[in-house]
Amino acid sequence: MAYSNKVLDHYNNPRNVGSMDKADPNVGTGMVGAPECGDVMKLQVKVNPETGVIEDAKFKTFGCGSAIASSSLATEWLRGKTVDEALEIKNTDIVNELSLPPVKIHCSVLAEDAIKAAIGDYKKKTAGRSQSVGVSS
Amino acid sequence: MVYPGRLEIDDAMKLPIYMDNHATTPVDPRVFEAMKPYFTTVFGNSASRNHSFGWEAEEATEKARKQIAAIIGATAKEIVFTSGATESNNLAIKGVAEMYAEKGNHIITAATEHKAVLDTCKRLEKDGVRVTYLAVQQNGLVDLDQLREAITDKTILITIMYANNEIGVLQPIAEIGKIAKERGVLFHTDATQAVGKVPVDVIKENVDLLSISAHKMYGPKGVGALYVRRRNPRVQLTAQIDGGGHERGMRSGTLNVPGIVGLGEACALAKAEMPEESKRMEYLRDKMKDRLLASLDEVYINGTMEHRLPNNLNISFAYVEGESLLMGINDIAVSSGSACTSATLEPSYVLKALGAGDDLAHSSIRFGLGRFNTEEEVDYVTAKVIDVVKKLRELSPLYEMHKEGIDLTKVQWTAH
Repeated sequence: MAYSNKVLDHYNNPRNVGSMDKADPNVGTGMVGAPECGDVMKLQVKVNPETGVIEDAKFKTFGCGSAIASSSLATEWLRGKTVDEALEIKNTDIVNELSLPPVKIHCSVLAEDAIKAAIGDYKKKTAGRSQSVGVSS
Repeated sequence: MVYPGRLEIDDAMKLPIYMDNHATTPVDPRVFEAMKPYFTTVFGNSASRNHSFGWEAEEATEKARKQIAAIIGATAKEIVFTSGATESNNLAIKGVAEMYAEKGNHIITAATEHKAVLDTCKRLEKDGVRVTYLAVQQNGLVDLDQLREAITDKTILITIMYANNEIGVLQPIAEIGKIAKERGVLFHTDATQAVGKVPVDVIKENVDLLSISAHKMYGPKGVGALYVRRRNPRVQLTAQIDGGGHERGMRSGTLNVPGIVGLGEACALAKAEMPEESKRMEYLRDKMKDRLLASLDEVYINGTMEHRLPNNLNISFAYVEGESLLMGINDIAVSSGSACTSATLEPSYVLKALGAGDDLAHSSIRFGLGRFNTEEEVDYVTAKVIDVVKKLRELSPLYEMHKEGIDLTKVQWTAH
């Protein structure tokens, strides 16, 4: 299969590879996929609790080149967005940006799921925090 | 030796490197030379009995018949020319099922056979034939006790491949042949990957039907043969292609004279060079295997190393997905059992049959060494694979979890 230049670029120079501390209250972690299906994405966001802006995003992906490119692109897009803006990223945006063929659309769906899972995890953490703040005040 | 038509980059090693010789092989230039006159000069129809054009063509096909018979220990009259191993498998299995329908309607095969055998069996099931698909052991070999137990008084055919096209394991053909003979059941073997690579002897191994393909042994595409035993027992087949009654009525159609000459020459070369070539293949393959195992952790060889083609290495690099690995070694032509590289988006059914788990199938690479691979190429491929696997593991959340001591089988994954 021929890959688009953008997929090749992300594969050869993946952006924001790495891991952040899962226990950090400002870090949301999303892990989606399964090894037996051939792809697993881990996506993390670090949010500024004052502004709600995503200051850092990291990923690690087990999967084909398109899965790696989709998650690498997602981390680029997440940085600088607010948590709510991040939730507006659609898999079709990733498909268009990377010119993914139909058989690779599931890679973009997985990336969207990973974003939602990471933001969801962060929101769960902050929800717990604001509650405890409420109790103590 | 140079590849015909390969890109010349420098005097030494040329890129891309072809290491997918189970898929197909380049035509050996010596084979090509032997074929050439039969396209334009000696172009006759070997079935033309009344002029020299026909006689010359016939002489060529009969010489090839002898060359092919010689490499499997058969006689020339037992060779039926076909368009390739897929047709040979179809003719053997369907031909026996039809011819021996009164005797029985049961066929035994294995889960790891090539699709040309499996899909032929599935077709016959629709027509009322009963098929047993033997599971294989973790080493890729059929269990002979299971085979014995599967035979009934309705069994007419056992069809088990000689060498597997993905993992290269060699089935215990002589033992299967012995069991088949004792029980009065015909034995067909798809020997596409084996002929020319390892010694094959249809007499010693009690094989009744054997499929051969030219393009897997440095011959041309579109030509193959089926060995059909003529004595002890005399095997009969119902033709699957009707017409002018060529090949003693078993396979009609004007013979592909240049192709057949190529197959014959490929067999003659393989027979003469096999002792040296198989040693060289094994040396290069083992050098590659040993280096990969020494340089990388969590690497698994699929199928037994004990009974294996000398040119095959099928290996899973855990926590790295096969297609992404192929992408990183894009100047090397190999195959993967990953779902992403298959048309069906399913991981390799052969690797799944070994029971190793889908995740290792997704991480597998098949290296198929060939006559024209050099030691320099093998060293280059090995180093590049090690480099790319390491790079992709840096990217792999699974490798990170493994390093943290997390048991991945106990993680709740979100299926998608």
